[in-house]
Amino acid sequence: MKNEFQVIAELIEKEKKVLDVGCGDGVLMEFLKNNKNINIRGLEISKSKVQECIAKGLTVIEGNAEKDLKQFPDKSFDYVVLSQTLQAFLDPELVLKELLRVGKQAIVTIPNFGFWKIRLHLLLKGTMPITKTLPDEWYNTPNIHMCSIKDFFNFVKSRDIKIFKSLAINNKNVSIISDSNLTIKNLFADLGIFLIEK
Amino acid sequence: MNTESNIKTLIVKKPLKLDCGKTINEFPIAYETYGSLNENKDNAILVFHALTGDQFVTGLNPVTKKDGWWSYAVGPDKAIDTKKYFVICANVIGGCMGSFGPNHEDPNTGTTFGTNFPVITINDMVNAQYNLLDHFGIDKLFSVAGGSMGGMQVLQFISNFPDKAKTVIPIACTSSHSAQNIAFNELGRQAIAADSNWKDGNYFSEDTIPNKGLAVARMAAHITYLSKKGLQEKFGRKLQEREDLKFGFDADFQIESYLRYQGSVFVDRFDANSYLYITRAMDYFDLAKQFKGNLSDAFRATRAKFFIISFTSDWLYPTQENKDIVIALNSIGADVGFVEIESDKGHDSFLLDVPDFLSALKNFLDQSYIDNES
Repeated sequence: MKNEFQVIAELIEKEKKVLDVGCGDGVLMEFLKNNKNINIRGLEISKSKVQECIAKGLTVIEGNAEKDLKQFPDKSFDYVVLSQTLQAFLDPELVLKELLRVGKQAIVTIPNFGFWKIRLHLLLKGTMPITKTLPDEWYNTPNIHMCSIKDFFNFVKSRDIKIFKSLAINNKNVSIISDSNLTIKNLFADLGIFLIEK
Repeated sequence: MNTESNIKTLIVKKPLKLDCGKTINEFPIAYETYGSLNENKDNAILVFHALTGDQFVTGLNPVTKKDGWWSYAVGPDKAIDTKKYFVICANVIGGCMGSFGPNHEDPNTGTTFGTNFPVITINDMVNAQYNLLDHFGIDKLFSVAGGSMGGMQVLQFISNFPDKAKTVIPIACTSSHSAQNIAFNELGRQAIAADSNWKDGNYFSEDTIPNKGLAVARMAAHITYLSKKGLQEKFGRKLQEREDLKFGFDADFQIESYLRYQGSVFVDRFDANSYLYITRAMDYFDLAKQFKGNLSDAFRATRAKFFIISFTSDWLYPTQENKDIVIALNSIGADVGFVEIESDKGHDSFLLDVPDFLSALKNFLDQSYIDNES
């Protein structure tokens, strides 16, 4: 399991109810179910990924976060997880609002567009950056609302969303993001993980 | 058609009060089983059939001599694996394959019921079949499953008996029959009624059957089970055993010939009055209405695990109507999974060889069964 999921799993307390939005093939769900006794549900847009989840015995609903989160009642999950997908929505603010409505807390991870390799790529090559976390070309990327760790950090603050924990991931290294080191983390982390609550 | 010897029947001693207000006593439920019930009696799956189905789910149907209606899905090593599970299916009441229906004799008059048979509902069908659990000494079913009207019975079953099934699989169905659904059923009923052989349902005494009307009803319904794309790909404008149009009203086109054939084979195995009664039961089905408009309340008492399946090209019970059930379940935090299967075979997809559907069904059941045992 990738490092990002390890970090997410550590943020989640045992025996809670969790919704994994954009759960993919269910790797994180399976880990949480088996290791933390989590009552876990998934929402996934891809039919083939939903099938993979079913084959693993996971409870998944085929659907789209922008349309289908509204069916869940307020605070019906302890945590709602959204991994590296926020930037792919037409209206990320609406999705974030929905995550915080449905979940008592939300765990959101974002690929950091402020990462130095991305900056350097654009600066030196003058073409849209391609990295391990962002492997697609400009014309086929699903990511239409890219942001940096700094952007997201400032955004949630401006919306009066409480940040319980913000972590920066660079390869295997995990560190805490704070007001004082934000600029540095924004440069050296390729992924940000935020535990938030409204 | 002497079929008695092939049909297993349970005579239900307990009186059943029907939604219409009448009570039926000592009535027969015809059923079939596949596989074997294990010692713990926790591997039973009650399968509900659709409008024109019967209890012969898989293998050779001893009456029609054709494959059972769900042969793709049910059998050894299939999605519903009869090596593992004990499958029970009953003919619905109102049906014509041995269960109490309009072709039975009215004990009060000594003549065939015909349209004197009480109007039955999906709720009545399910309550009648519930007696099979007692018959087999099953406290809790591992699953209830069915497509189309079978799916409606699944929903009604878990609503009526919330702790009697561990898993619940409604397929290609709805919680409430739409105006379009009712319209198509009415078309079928009117086709039967317009046949002079129908005689207000008393055709038994005259030894004639309204086979023309019933065939037309079947033809119209059959179109609703397929998709435009499926029909176009299979038939297009292909001609039936002729080089050119004949400028007449014979079946010039293959699709015409196909529908006529479907109509003609249907009348050999199905009773026109049963068709009226069962379509009526479907039209009356509105689970939300039973709970003052709140569908979620139908499922509030159950802890069962739901898996809902729809098909992209099903326009009779479209994905949105299946999703409405998912939404009702999610709004009360029920355990519900949902997938829409890509298929151009229309509503009939659940009966056909649609590998994505069959594997989803198998995976859900087998994985749930592992959880069940551990």
